[in-house]
Amino acid sequence: MSIKSGDRVSCSYAGSELEGFFITERDGKAVIKLDSGYNVGIDAGLMKKLETQAPKPPVPVKIEQDESLPPLSIVSTGGTIASKIDYRTGAVTSQFEADDIMRAIPGLAGIGRFSAKVPATILSENMTPAIWKELASTVYSEIRNGARGVIVTHGTDTMAYSAAALSFMIDTPVPIVFVGSQRSADRPSSDNVMNGLCSAAAAVSDLGEVSVVMHATTSDDYCAIHRGTRVRKMHTSRRDAFASIGTDILGTVDYPSLDVKLSGFAARRRDAEPSLDDRLDEKVGIMYFYPGMSPAVVESFKGYSGLVIMGTGLGHTSSECIPAVRSLVRDGTQVVMTSQCLNGRVCDRVYDTGRDLLNAGVIEGGDLLPEAAMVKLMWVLGNESDPGKAAELMQTDLRGELGRCTPHGL
Amino acid sequence: MDYEKIGLMAGIEIHQQLDTAEKLFCHCPTRLRDVDERCGEFRRYLRATESEMGEIDRAAEEEMKKQDRIYTYYAYDSTCLVENDEEPPAPLNAEALELSLTLAKMMGMTPVQQVHMMRKLVIDGSNTSGFQRTGLVALNGKLPSGARIESICLEEEAAQRVEGDTFSLDRLGIPLAEITTGPDMRTPEEVKEVAAYIGMLLRSTGKVKRGLGTIRQDVNISIRDGARVEIKGVQDLGLIDEVVRREAQRQQNLIDIAAELKKREAAVGEEIIEVTDLFKDTESAILKRAKCILALCLKGFGGLVGKEIQPGRRLGSEMSDYAKKCGVGGLFHTDELPAYGVSGDEVRLLKERFSAGDEDCVILVADTRKKAECATGQIRKRAMMAFEGVPEETRKMLEEGSSAYMRPLPGAARMYPETDVLPVDISEEYWESLELPELITDREKRFATELGLDESLAKQMAYSSKSPLFEEAVLKGIKPNLAARTLLSTLRELSREGADVESIPGRDLIFLLLAVEEGKAAKEAVPEILREVAGGVSVSDAIEKIAPSISEDELVSLIRKLLDERKDFVREQGMRAVGPVMGVVMKEVRGRVDGKIISEILKKEIKYMISS
Repeated sequence: MSIKSGDRVSCSYAGSELEGFFITERDGKAVIKLDSGYNVGIDAGLMKKLETQAPKPPVPVKIEQDESLPPLSIVSTGGTIASKIDYRTGAVTSQFEADDIMRAIPGLAGIGRFSAKVPATILSENMTPAIWKELASTVYSEIRNGARGVIVTHGTDTMAYSAAALSFMIDTPVPIVFVGSQRSADRPSSDNVMNGLCSAAAAVSDLGEVSVVMHATTSDDYCAIHRGTRVRKMHTSRRDAFASIGTDILGTVDYPSLDVKLSGFAARRRDAEPSLDDRLDEKVGIMYFYPGMSPAVVESFKGYSGLVIMGTGLGHTSSECIPAVRSLVRDGTQVVMTSQCLNGRVCDRVYDTGRDLLNAGVIEGGDLLPEAAMVKLMWVLGNESDPGKAAELMQTDLRGELGRCTPHGL
Repeated sequence: MDYEKIGLMAGIEIHQQLDTAEKLFCHCPTRLRDVDERCGEFRRYLRATESEMGEIDRAAEEEMKKQDRIYTYYAYDSTCLVENDEEPPAPLNAEALELSLTLAKMMGMTPVQQVHMMRKLVIDGSNTSGFQRTGLVALNGKLPSGARIESICLEEEAAQRVEGDTFSLDRLGIPLAEITTGPDMRTPEEVKEVAAYIGMLLRSTGKVKRGLGTIRQDVNISIRDGARVEIKGVQDLGLIDEVVRREAQRQQNLIDIAAELKKREAAVGEEIIEVTDLFKDTESAILKRAKCILALCLKGFGGLVGKEIQPGRRLGSEMSDYAKKCGVGGLFHTDELPAYGVSGDEVRLLKERFSAGDEDCVILVADTRKKAECATGQIRKRAMMAFEGVPEETRKMLEEGSSAYMRPLPGAARMYPETDVLPVDISEEYWESLELPELITDREKRFATELGLDESLAKQMAYSSKSPLFEEAVLKGIKPNLAARTLLSTLRELSREGADVESIPGRDLIFLLLAVEEGKAAKEAVPEILREVAGGVSVSDAIEKIAPSISEDELVSLIRKLLDERKDFVREQGMRAVGPVMGVVMKEVRGRVDGKIISEILKKEIKYMISS
């Protein structure tokens, strides 16, 4: 007799008859939920199936949308912000409708009239440039179809890459707001509600660019609006993991008032059509230099269209690696230098090694963040075949990713 | 009260903090801090989430009534991101698991094969995550008295409430053993005995925290036709029987009220009337200040709302507790009016609005409209329950042993799996290998029979946290009585005088007592030496300072000199002079020599003097 998740089971254990609902089998142990609510693991062989069945979860109520509110779009790629784990199977539910997220985040219904799109349901570490393209075209159509703002729910691990990718691929007149949560949505303390509401407030605001909206501090007090090309996840688990690097934040969303304050340099909402340019050259890599690194590591990127090096300090590799870099460039790979320091600007004109790297054909990446540099290089190489022009584009600020001057005090 | 006749059933849940080196799900110490030592604070909201079965727990839902509550948390240099709910938990603390399994074995329980940690929804702010992690460790044990132990769970302690909605994170995550008995106790005294026995078992491990707040009892009580009520937070074992007595009384009174309501054909009025205008010139400060005063009429409830159901508590207090969930301060009911500045005329006008008579009771709530509306809803809800008798509730103990409503009893929907902690297998080999500690009651007998301590000293010593040190001292050759009296009475007396006796290391106590046994320091000087040690002086310096050793020759010549000065007296008194002269010698040597040695020499010398 096979026992399925949700079946009522009993077993003789510890001198009494235990009853509960069968949840799953793991390593030969049946996990059962006792009537006290506790789960325990007991030999699967001891289980007897009973007739009673688990109560069906109540059917959720349909959410009423307020037609007078601005149309907003929620584009989901997965991630924890509105996901629900099926504890019986351990799987993340894939169904996703506007209703689900509006139920998960009460309060959204008062900000906009939502439609939902699901181009992907993945963990963000499984994100690919191919999905970026799909995401870009989905967001683009939503804006074309009248969305006053788009909220992209995304796992936090690679959110900064995707935000940078959309920054380059879409020229947007309305806010495209990436949002996620660091603590899963199934816990009472999750940051999903505050982040979700703040992202919706940013999506109806006067902003006009791609941004990331996440907790600014460990408290539930306000969210920071980060520029999509300047943001980085700087902590593995804290709510305020996201930080703008080399620039100020674009603004803040206060909680629970949801007041949005934008800084002077944030791009504003425009009355224009969006444009989509989603060509990417995916053959671009990123390499973290370390002391004693073998030139063979550099050589392994042979055949790549582009390579972003995360060099030391002002932007260096060891002298030993420079010949390998030179031959990569000679073979047609665009090599862009960024810094492991993350803060500050690359300058290969100070030390001999730097000058040798410039001679080898390396392009200085200015104050580009390494990940933003990689995404930008994919996009530039996807759109520009002339190496000289591509190099020039890499050193030109296109989406706020490059600063002319490095601000002090950061 | 005849408890058999009213069908009293009671069980207890004991929550005991475990004295492990680290917390249950992180590597922080299990040390409590002073709030002034905090190094950071942050603020968060919590909200109820659905269980894995798709339901929202009724207790959590009740907490959600207190909308928009933001909780403040204090962090320390001895707490980390796990307490802040900013980092996934570390694996289950193996020391705590072993301790809880040892307790299980002591009570003859069966361990589960695999421990699964759960999240128990708690959104009153005392857990940063909004849940308390807990795992069922063992099942079905029995105490010698026959009381069944249903389960033992390993849980994390909640954060300590500083005041209002502010919590301190030092306590959050300390391991707790939760021991649940069956509902097998039939009298208040029996509840107290079982609680005391389990307390003794816990202390026998030598690995549980001691002191106020480190052990808490929840009591589950019902009587026939009553309902299961859980009273939380009984910290003082001495009150536990009184809590049971008063709850039995409360349930009986509620049952009687229900019968009376039915007899009177009472009803809860549908109408909620705003009566703010009635009180615009009132003498009652609360009503005069209020933005909105709402009233409702309970038909046939007259006299019953004000009836005492347990000392200091009325049916009106129960309604008031429900109303307070909406943030109002409380309520007024006509059973207690006119009073509190409300005049007889005002009561008459109020009753007229509802055409209410003496057999009816009108209830008033004053606050903002929103809160007052919420509160009248809650009052109606509680009034409806009065027809049923006793509602199932979680209550909190008040001083003296009465209790107040906290929330509905939680159901199984408040539990969902802690997916961030891997299940832990408990193998048979591991279970077999667990060694059981000696029970304190057995230790007490051994101290009395084998070590010759008198009954009360044996008991005190067995229960004392110093009993391992005592055993070590005896093993090293110190007389049990000397060791026990020093460790119990002497240290306690010094502590009362304000000396920091906790700072005296055990090895110093043993060093000193050995010196006494070897005649290098007098028993009489022990308190004074320890006072010096507590003040920071090393034990050997303290002995030297208070009682520099005196050789037998020196002692003999001192005694001879003193006797010489009292020659006539000694010759006259003979051996009767021993007592008075002894006092003089003792004063001179001030605890440097044991009295017994002095007495021997003195007797010898006096004998010599009178015979010569």
